[in-house]
Amino acid sequence: MRRALTDIAVRWLMRCVTYFIVLVIAYIVIDIVWNGAPALSWTFVTAMPKESGAAGGIFPAIVGTFCLILGAIVVALPLGTASAVYLSEYAKNGRFTRMIRLAIITLAGVPSIVFGLFGLGLFVLFFHFGASILAGSLTLACMVLPTIIVASEESLRAVPIYLREGSLALGAGKWQTIRKNVLPYAIPGMLTGSVLAIGRAAGETAPILLTVAAFYLPRLPRSVFDQCMALPYHLYVLATQYPDADKIRLMQYGTALVLIILVLGVNLVAVILRIHFRKKYKW
Amino acid sequence: MGGHWREAGVKWLLAVSSSVCIIVVLVIFAFLFKEAAPFVRDPGVLDLLGARWTPVSFIKQQFGIAPLVSGSVVVTLLATLLAVPFGLCGAVYIAEIARPLEREILKPLVEILAAIPSVVLGFFGLVVVAPIVKYVFNLPTGLTGLTGALLLALMAIPTIVSISEDAIRSVPRSYREASLALGASDIQTVWRVTVPSAKSGIVAAVMLGMGRVIGETMAVLMVTGNAAVVTLSPFDSMRTMTATIAAEMGEVTYGSRHYQALFWVGILLLLATFILNVAAQRVLRNHQRA
Repeated sequence: MRRALTDIAVRWLMRCVTYFIVLVIAYIVIDIVWNGAPALSWTFVTAMPKESGAAGGIFPAIVGTFCLILGAIVVALPLGTASAVYLSEYAKNGRFTRMIRLAIITLAGVPSIVFGLFGLGLFVLFFHFGASILAGSLTLACMVLPTIIVASEESLRAVPIYLREGSLALGAGKWQTIRKNVLPYAIPGMLTGSVLAIGRAAGETAPILLTVAAFYLPRLPRSVFDQCMALPYHLYVLATQYPDADKIRLMQYGTALVLIILVLGVNLVAVILRIHFRKKYKW
Repeated sequence: MGGHWREAGVKWLLAVSSSVCIIVVLVIFAFLFKEAAPFVRDPGVLDLLGARWTPVSFIKQQFGIAPLVSGSVVVTLLATLLAVPFGLCGAVYIAEIARPLEREILKPLVEILAAIPSVVLGFFGLVVVAPIVKYVFNLPTGLTGLTGALLLALMAIPTIVSISEDAIRSVPRSYREASLALGASDIQTVWRVTVPSAKSGIVAAVMLGMGRVIGETMAVLMVTGNAAVVTLSPFDSMRTMTATIAAEMGEVTYGSRHYQALFWVGILLLLATFILNVAAQRVLRNHQRA
């Protein structure tokens, strides 16, 4: 009898702790939506900032973030998927493969600010790109590379072996088999993983802090060698670099909300993609 | 015959692409050391061991990283201490106790937390958590190590939950069945059989969570107050290694001693996370083999 009571108590305790975590998450999201919603308007997302960001809109920051993400995808997606194909289809369990795996694990754990230092040292100073979209995108690309590789490899490995064997048995070459009989089924999963990685890149501040982000630049970037504003850095600036930070709460919450919508929106797209394709392919 | 060449070419191209990862890691290490190196000759590495960090000073520049390391260590340990019980309970509940539908809802909700950008959490900390900490503990300011640790604990929880949950679910069913057959209740089975069997996976989850916490920059930069003093009290304002780099790198002259000292801080961070991650992977691999 006493044991049954303890069991019930423990069960409820664990349930409460778990729901407490969820409650905190909900509170954070609701707080930002609630306080940020009044700031949202068409002009807020399409106008230039005024008075060092204390008024006006956040258009250049949104554009800047999109440019950075696009740049990171263009570089990281081909490299990441190619690495994943190599690791899942070609790699033997040798020294080279072990080194690649160690490198992926290491890269995944590098703190974002250290990526910033690396981008500053290599792209900004050594390659003389200056603080630019190019330098920032390349830094972000290095950061998302391991996530893309791991997700893509997983979805390649999920393709059943008999799809490969069938094609090989009919006399197709290895690459032909991969291209025609493996990749088409793996691409949805690869896409989902990459989309998630991109969502993470969109919200990162530390790597772009030292490589691209402009404090206040009320115009759109003209080339990849231009600096640009970015949503996460803009929020940081609004929240901490103003003497009267309390007075521009609405701008801060608005920026935070747009950033959250962007990041969670990207995540939602990934989830929908996953559900859609899971229904389509079943083995 | 052309097909053969193409096959070889593709394989070679893919191998080259995957070596990019190795190259990036090597270049990261190389460039951090390259930028930090001149410091060894001029003031000397021993200067880094001092207890005062006053990189901008008219009297004497001092680059002792002790206050930064103590800041990082206190915040990280406190965050881990807060995150582990919550994360573990959450993982066990989601893996073993929740009904299937409940699990399908809880898991993505916890994963949302991992998706929220750290700068947004930092902002939330600044506006909501800091005033609460200030009020509850009756402090002159809410920008303390504790505030940072609270936010970092939030960031570590999703990592701990999702990796521990995988580890718990991968415990063979026969273990549970044996325990239940011997008359143990399901709660007893969970805590005395399943969780101990998943121990190494859980340890790895905690280590990976710590790796994330120690490298986290924006949230701590915004809420810990950034006073570079050696302190062990979480109610003091403190400054972590990451926050120091983020806050000061924008204002230094490239190539100056201060710049080099910041790269040393970066190297230290890189090594700390590298060791944590490699150790965690080793633990995970042993777990999978067992």
